[in-house]
Amino acid sequence: MSMAADDRELRDESLDGLQLSAQLERIWRTPSGLLGALMSVDHKVVGRRYIVTAFAFLLLGGILAMLMRVQLAGPEKTFLSPDKYNQIFTMHGSTMMFLFAVPVMEAFAVYLVPLMVGTRNIAFPRLNAFSFWMFLFGGCFLWISFLLNVGPDVGWFAYVPLSSLQFTPTKRADVWAQMITFTEVAALAVAVEIVVTVFKLRAPGMTLDRIPLFVWAMLVTAFLVMFAMPSIMVASTSLILDRLVNTRFYDSSSGGHPLLWQHLFWFFGHPEVYIIFIPGTGMVSMILATFARRPVIGYPVIILSLIAIGFLSFGLWVHHMFVTGLPQLGAGLFTASSMLIAVPSGLQIFCWLATLWDGRPVYRTPLLFVLGFIAIFVIGGLSGVMVASVPIDTQVHDTYFVVAHFHYVLIGGAVFPLLGAVYYWFPKITGRMLSESVGRWNFWLAFIGFNVAFFPMHILGLIGMPRRVYTYTAEMGWERLNLLSSVGAFIFALSFALLLANVIYSLRKGARAGDNPWNASTLEWATSSPPPPHNFDRIPVVKHRDPLWADSESLPVVAGLSAERREVLLTSLAEAEPQVREASPEPSIWPLLTAIATTVFFIGSIFTPWAVLWGTPPMAITLIGWFWPTGSREDEA
Amino acid sequence: MKQTIVRNVAELPTFGFGPRSGPWWGAMGFMALEGMGFAIAIGTYLYLYAVNPTWPIGASPPDLWPGTVEAALYLLSIIPNEYTNRVAQRQDLPRVRICLIVMSLIGIVLLVLRGFEFAHLNTRWDNSAYGSVVWLILGLHTTHLATDVGDTVVLAVLMFTHHAKPRRFSDVTDNVFYWNFVVLAWLPLYFLLDWVPRL
Ligand code: HEM
Ligand SMILES: [Cu+2]
Repeated sequence: MSMAADDRELRDESLDGLQLSAQLERIWRTPSGLLGALMSVDHKVVGRRYIVTAFAFLLLGGILAMLMRVQLAGPEKTFLSPDKYNQIFTMHGSTMMFLFAVPVMEAFAVYLVPLMVGTRNIAFPRLNAFSFWMFLFGGCFLWISFLLNVGPDVGWFAYVPLSSLQFTPTKRADVWAQMITFTEVAALAVAVEIVVTVFKLRAPGMTLDRIPLFVWAMLVTAFLVMFAMPSIMVASTSLILDRLVNTRFYDSSSGGHPLLWQHLFWFFGHPEVYIIFIPGTGMVSMILATFARRPVIGYPVIILSLIAIGFLSFGLWVHHMFVTGLPQLGAGLFTASSMLIAVPSGLQIFCWLATLWDGRPVYRTPLLFVLGFIAIFVIGGLSGVMVASVPIDTQVHDTYFVVAHFHYVLIGGAVFPLLGAVYYWFPKITGRMLSESVGRWNFWLAFIGFNVAFFPMHILGLIGMPRRVYTYTAEMGWERLNLLSSVGAFIFALSFALLLANVIYSLRKGARAGDNPWNASTLEWATSSPPPPHNFDRIPVVKHRDPLWADSESLPVVAGLSAERREVLLTSLAEAEPQVREASPEPSIWPLLTAIATTVFFIGSIFTPWAVLWGTPPMAITLIGWFWPTGSREDEA
Repeated sequence: MKQTIVRNVAELPTFGFGPRSGPWWGAMGFMALEGMGFAIAIGTYLYLYAVNPTWPIGASPPDLWPGTVEAALYLLSIIPNEYTNRVAQRQDLPRVRICLIVMSLIGIVLLVLRGFEFAHLNTRWDNSAYGSVVWLILGLHTTHLATDVGDTVVLAVLMFTHHAKPRRFSDVTDNVFYWNFVVLAWLPLYFLLDWVPRL
């Protein structure tokens, strides 16, 4: 770098106030027009799209759930055909897990983590844009296939041999497998971005023990994604290969083995639950601190629990396979580890309760959802410890008891914190408050509706109702509980309708939020709502775990970053000491083009192996376009 | 909120090498997850090995020479690779150019050898689960090899254009780093594919 050029560069120390904001905004804003929107690499723009898209998939998955509940509300209904029912529960499960729960958490992280650590953009912003497009295209691919009657019908874990060519000769299983590839590519990309953002882009002074708990939670989640998802990629790829070019991974007549599929799937599938749940706990910790009006008690305990859960979650997968005839010692070990993981989870809950106990709680909507989370999640945890025991699992495996259990864990552990998070961060993202009175209705309808819908399923399971059946006869005696469950599901659905109405109304008419409407303590509240394209006029310096509580009047900041090109500040891993002023990428259309090329490659390759040949050059070309310097100052520093 | 400037970072460099740079950590992250992919593929191989009474299934083990020659070449390539690292750190453009050309050629030779290796596996992918997993693992590694060679070639071309700015030297060192990963990944895979069936 030549010093002469540097000296002429406009730096943020020579500007002030509005002048500085205007100048930074000019450099960092997303270009206008449709093309500009498609080129955006702003983590807030991409994050918002990610959030909205994930909620759209929640809506679609929810509609499918309602269709199932209508069909099951009474015996021998003919509302759905058996074939449609198979597609619908598979689509529901796959949509909820792969297109809603995981992406929505990553979406919040994409939006919030850079703000919380006090930087201007996420690490690898173009990869971030690419990730969103891959997610969007993968989701559309699944849903368009479904509308064309090639929706997968093999369950959300697509066990072989059912999903093999012999038993599913249509493309339905391939659609499922390739949707996996799309969403895993998207998730892995975000995971790497989060890790690097947290490692290198933290504001000066944000040492490891000053990182907000949501950021810690997302860091652990990102590692789980990185180590769990390769397994399902190997699984889905080998399934497609078996179906397309006659490889024999799962063909037991040629040395293959169906249980290999279950191992590969659940080695991913169990951590997947924690990939969904750990971000939820991060949200809970943030909301709790703000509304209990004190820092969460046991900050180090919570972090250690998160890390312990992360490690343990890789030692549990076999508990999904207890009925496959495992050696007894193995089953015993996996039972023990499954129960062990309840310990760090329990520790966290005690920390939260203590925080509430010792604080001065203000019962606003976000806190209500957190309380709902604790109640529901504890019940889900209890039924979890039950099914971790082999004899019980043998009885209730593949019954509605399990359906009840995992909805308690998933909806209690992830959706309730998420709804709390929506109420909590909506003001930051949009600049407007959601209506509090509608929020209370929303919470109570959700809480009551959820329990009425899912608690009866425990009993249904215990009295023998299997999962994945499209109907039952009247003499089974399952009629009333099913009707009750369906009524509950509709109440639950109504609560989401209220949320939607609240969002639409508040976007226009909601009270103005101001920078920090909840009087919270972390950095995302130190900037305006919504934040400007460059997030902060100057990068904050962190001297305290709760910076805005330590000093609510003035913010210590650094100066010296460029005011004429996109620049972020890199700091050291542990101490967050400033190291480098690194250029941050400009908007670009190439991530979208690369995603299109990759989509063509992925979809092509479920029809013909030659897609690998003709699909690669466009991908290579778009990738070169992506990385080739454009000659702008950003590239040439 | 009022801002108080408490420090100035104007003197910091605009790019760094190794753990001081963002892309290095990105490469690290991708190596971690790809390494996990290899580990899972190895696990798959060993699982199938464990559940089958005979191994390899209905085939003789792969011919040794392609994998062995590759392993030797990979190990030797570490020398020019490390040299590339040094000259890039020194920002010595002429030498970096030569090194990138050499590394590209080594990569291309390895790709050709890889073609021979596929031809000498002595099994097709659809013969048996053994054939399937061998092709899967070799394919996975070849993807990495091809990606890195592609990256090296593009970087080599780039360093001959006016875009060869100081920051690109950091990209070169990241490429060096990734090559080491491709080499390191090959060693256990070589043992697995070529020697385990002979045990
Ligand atoms: C709107 C509220 C919801 C209702 C009423 C609902 C209802 C149901 C029902 C009745 C089934 C069982 C279908 C069967 O076995 O025949 C089911 C399965 C499932 N649900 Fe939900 N669900 C809801 C929300 C969610 C959410 C939020 C998630 C995940 C985050 C989720 C994940 C799943 C999964 C993974 C399955 C298993 C699908 C399979 O068997 O392949 N559900 N749901
Ligand atoms: Cu599990």
